[in-house]
Amino acid sequence: MSTQPTKGGTPVAAKPKGKLALYWAASCGGCEIAVLQIDAKILDVAAAFDVVLWPVAVDAKVRDVEKMPDKSIDVCLFNGGIRTSEQEYMAQLLRRKSKVLVAFGSCAHEGCIPGMANMNDREEIFNTAYRETPSTDNPQDIRPQPETKVPEGTLHLPVFYDTLKTLDQTVEVDYYLPGCPPEADNIWAAIVAILEGKLPPPGSVIGANKSVCDECKRERSEKKIKRFYRTWQIKPDAETCLLEQGLLCCGIATRAGCGALCPVVNSPCIGCHGPNDGVRDYGARLMSAVASVIDAEDPEEIERIIEEGFPDPIGSFYRFSLAKSLLRRKKRSANGDGAGAA
Amino acid sequence: MADEQFEPRIVGFLCRWCSYTGADLAGTSRIQYPPNVVPIRVMCSGRVDPTFVMKALADGADGVLIAGCHPGDCHYQEGNYKALRRYRMLLRMLDKFGIERDRVRLEWVSASEGEKFSHVVKDLTAKVRALGPLRWSANWEENGQRLEALESIVREHQEAMEVQP
Repeated sequence: MSTQPTKGGTPVAAKPKGKLALYWAASCGGCEIAVLQIDAKILDVAAAFDVVLWPVAVDAKVRDVEKMPDKSIDVCLFNGGIRTSEQEYMAQLLRRKSKVLVAFGSCAHEGCIPGMANMNDREEIFNTAYRETPSTDNPQDIRPQPETKVPEGTLHLPVFYDTLKTLDQTVEVDYYLPGCPPEADNIWAAIVAILEGKLPPPGSVIGANKSVCDECKRERSEKKIKRFYRTWQIKPDAETCLLEQGLLCCGIATRAGCGALCPVVNSPCIGCHGPNDGVRDYGARLMSAVASVIDAEDPEEIERIIEEGFPDPIGSFYRFSLAKSLLRRKKRSANGDGAGAA
Repeated sequence: MADEQFEPRIVGFLCRWCSYTGADLAGTSRIQYPPNVVPIRVMCSGRVDPTFVMKALADGADGVLIAGCHPGDCHYQEGNYKALRRYRMLLRMLDKFGIERDRVRLEWVSASEGEKFSHVVKDLTAKVRALGPLRWSANWEENGQRLEALESIVREHQEAMEVQP
């Protein structure tokens, strides 16, 4: 047993230094920033761990990880969904090399915003990116190819999948840290739990198991809603429940842990922490709750309230969780891309 | 064109008070109807969360039937109104996913309506049969390119490492 000098009252005195890896896949980079938001405590992390891989901050190579023995990384914090073959390879590699693999943030956990592209397939996404956007200048309509032959040999690009998958749809995941991005306090709490070995059972989401409403100070009464508004249509009053005012506030279905950050600033919860334990499909549960408080009994009126209130139901109810949902994606236009009708 | 041999698999969520009893009556009255609906008894149509329907479709069902008491007759006062609102919301969502409205149906069937239950099952089965199999999970299968690409990464990395001293 080596004895590491205690630093700043860390709960990790006298423990051998562990190995930590951080990786990103289909994500925006916000989770990387979130890690740094634990401020000076990052020094405690550095005292407890050697960082063996962290592409955004540390110069370590994938080759080095490949050479490490299996299970030699103590903890891997993996953010981002799986969209390409390279990301899938990295997920498999880090799973093999890590004792504890954490799906860090909403993308790895539920697919998040990149997962909403599951409403399209590769062809449609490429059409947008390489042809249709106003800023695209691509007269020869060049698309990324998995293989390109040049005089020097064959070059490879990762294959872009039709469907974004979450980390746990790709490899086995030990823990989930929710949020877009996870809040600094929760990240630190998770790191401390890992260091002290006080983790919940594998497969758990590390965090509170109650709803955002429990943390929200607004006044609530019985919910009966005649009309839903989009955020730009009304200026909500600051005391009353936002859902009761007709805004789709997702707090009722969303895991707590953020301190009701959005409702505090008069903006409805958008559901980035995902569902509480035991809920298989976040969007289904949310729409079930919201539909049941519509104040109408006539089928036509119900239809009208829903159509006017939710022009984009996927974006409203599955903003963060489409990839993780039961249905996962829109029906693929060419349902023949290898997806055999077996 | 729909497959002649195709037998749709339909999951039926039937309210314990009205529709399940109605289905029972259809049986005891010896009314003939297709065997494609697998009934699941629930306490109330208001118990049917959209999750149930989506899970059935994702796990291989080709259609779903939700049946409850007529409006005004709910054993729990307004469970069937809740079912109605959730159903309308669910249909709007299923449109976006590309699942045809004819696959998922809400019907009011009372305990005395064995005849109506058989009509509903006949009609729903015929419509789903015409639509063909749903095979939802095939939507996220990737093609052979995926495995090939994964293998080539491993191969290339191994080759690259051999070059090193």
